[in-house]
Amino acid sequence: MSLDISFIGILIGSIMASSVPLILAASGELITERSGVLNLGVEGMMIIGAISGFALMVITDNLFIAIVGSMLSGVIISLIFGFLTQSLLTNHVATGLALTIFGIGLSAMLGKNFVGIPGKEFPILFSSLRESIPFFGPILFGHSIVLYFAFALPFLTNYFLKKTKLGLVVRAVGDSPVSASNQGINVILVRYCCILYGGAMCGLAGAYLSLIYTPQWIENMTAGRGWIALALVVFATWSPIKVLIGALIFGGITILQLHMQAIGFRIPVQFLSALPYLMTIIVLVVISRDSRKIKLNTPTSLGRIFYKEK
Amino acid sequence: MIKIEKRNDVPMALYFFTPFIAIILTILGGGIIFYILGFNPIEALKFYFIIPISNLYGFSELLLKATPLCLIAIGLSFCFKSNNWNIGAEGQLTFGAIVGGGVALLFYNQEGFYILPLVILAGAIGGMFFALIPAILKTYFNTNEILVSLMLVYVSKLLLDYLVVGPWSNPEGFNFPETRQFSDSSRMPLLFEGLRIHAGIFLALGAVMLSWFILYKTYLGFQIKVSGLSLKTAKYAGFKGKTMILIVFMISGACAGLAGVGEITGPIGQLHRMISPDYGFTAIIVAFLGRLNPFGIIFASLVVALTYLGAETAQIFLQIPKYTGQVFQGMILFFLLASDYLLFFKVKILNLKKNELRH
Repeated sequence: MSLDISFIGILIGSIMASSVPLILAASGELITERSGVLNLGVEGMMIIGAISGFALMVITDNLFIAIVGSMLSGVIISLIFGFLTQSLLTNHVATGLALTIFGIGLSAMLGKNFVGIPGKEFPILFSSLRESIPFFGPILFGHSIVLYFAFALPFLTNYFLKKTKLGLVVRAVGDSPVSASNQGINVILVRYCCILYGGAMCGLAGAYLSLIYTPQWIENMTAGRGWIALALVVFATWSPIKVLIGALIFGGITILQLHMQAIGFRIPVQFLSALPYLMTIIVLVVISRDSRKIKLNTPTSLGRIFYKEK
Repeated sequence: MIKIEKRNDVPMALYFFTPFIAIILTILGGGIIFYILGFNPIEALKFYFIIPISNLYGFSELLLKATPLCLIAIGLSFCFKSNNWNIGAEGQLTFGAIVGGGVALLFYNQEGFYILPLVILAGAIGGMFFALIPAILKTYFNTNEILVSLMLVYVSKLLLDYLVVGPWSNPEGFNFPETRQFSDSSRMPLLFEGLRIHAGIFLALGAVMLSWFILYKTYLGFQIKVSGLSLKTAKYAGFKGKTMILIVFMISGACAGLAGVGEITGPIGQLHRMISPDYGFTAIIVAFLGRLNPFGIIFASLVVALTYLGAETAQIFLQIPKYTGQVFQGMILFFLLASDYLLFFKVKILNLKKNELRH
């Protein structure tokens, strides 16, 4: 295999593609966490998005319905989490875990009849430009619309949080729910919205996997990506742009280990497959060592229950 | 008019009663799911919850599945009581099984009374060691234990996969991904002829007794409970937080390791890829359903074991997908958390007229 310039272009393109589900899920979770809610159900919401997207594609043969439907299914399942944590004031960690267990079971149950059905080709944009421009072609062109959306999302999220009034409201609710409530902000409503938005993004992340990245339905196909997305939010110290950087690093590791497997690198396949998980741990350790830095950036009320005496 | 008031203290009777509400709601919810899937809900529920334990063999299978769940949940209760979120018990189970299984494979062609205790000990140490990783990273590097313990689940499963495919695979096994069979001296003694229930159940019962003693009769148990209720109080009282975190993770890991060893030396008898149907994750639900109380956990492990068994029975007889078991498990935890609302809030139905008069 020659390491020429066009190969590197293709490599970067594939790294971008593999980072898309992480960017989507982590950006969604970031908004949820900035409002003070810790939703550990990312993996469950992603897998539900994956199966509903794929099932809708098979049933309706319409990719638009499949994509929108997967986001809606993410919203619906995150509504369970929202109702429990916000209206019934349950523990965020336990509820999130329940959501993941429930989601994985439900997706396997719903997906029973969809195993082995081949997926449909997802339309890619600017495919002619991809071939005609060396190096930059495979990086910039020939991707699905979801990828372009995913790469814009961190910047949009950053703009939303820093420059808009609603973004300020979300941050206020996350950092000081009592003051926000005294200012007349409906804390519970804001948190509901952020949870549902997170659900939609996780649903989309799942659909990207089952419709675009590996167009088929496999049980447990998210394979821990939801948990890596959760780790990414910590890695990024709750900053959207750093989520993008982190997701690209993880996408890079995934692609690297796949290529090493393909070349027949003299390391057992399982060790290479374990790399993304081991890297997550190492990165978390490096980032978290400075406890002051983590404390400064963590939304102050993250994971705490807010209750207003009526 | 309905009025909701915050309770000043949680009534203990209600605290242990709400899990039953959760179980009943789960059964109702399950009936609805069966109906939607196109099955007769009454018949499906019968195959799920009654048929599986209507004979002695079924009851033995129930105890067989409840054993690892109970063991792991007992360990987790130490972590959860002290606010340490170890959710990687599945990984600790796997690693314990790897270490214990490794010892069993060393003695594959030998017999001796000392082999089984060595295997069990190795499994407990393996699980303990694996749980120490998130504990040390949490105490000395401030790293989130939820994410680390979970990532290690994937790592341990890949390690097991590597071992059973590669260096530990059975030389006479036609390249199947499995090790040699363990020798009889590495197997848990069966309790009854013809049933699969084995001596591992005594490990679980022993763990229940020991945990009750530690939690309710020792200074360590007191420290664990205080740290769970208020970290500030624990600090003020001068408890050594870091040591305690390491200890609860070690207890939890050892229990999960024991559960893993119980599976491979009990019903399985060798190492292969599928040594646990996610017992480590399901035990989280068992721990909560049992209210983190040793005796509550016995009860909860039986209930949750029944969802495993029921799912298998319903799949065989009614072709209901076995994943409904996981859906049930998720639902139990949802309903349990939801019914906790009743613990902290009083729902009062007021007479509107009287209320108006007072104003």
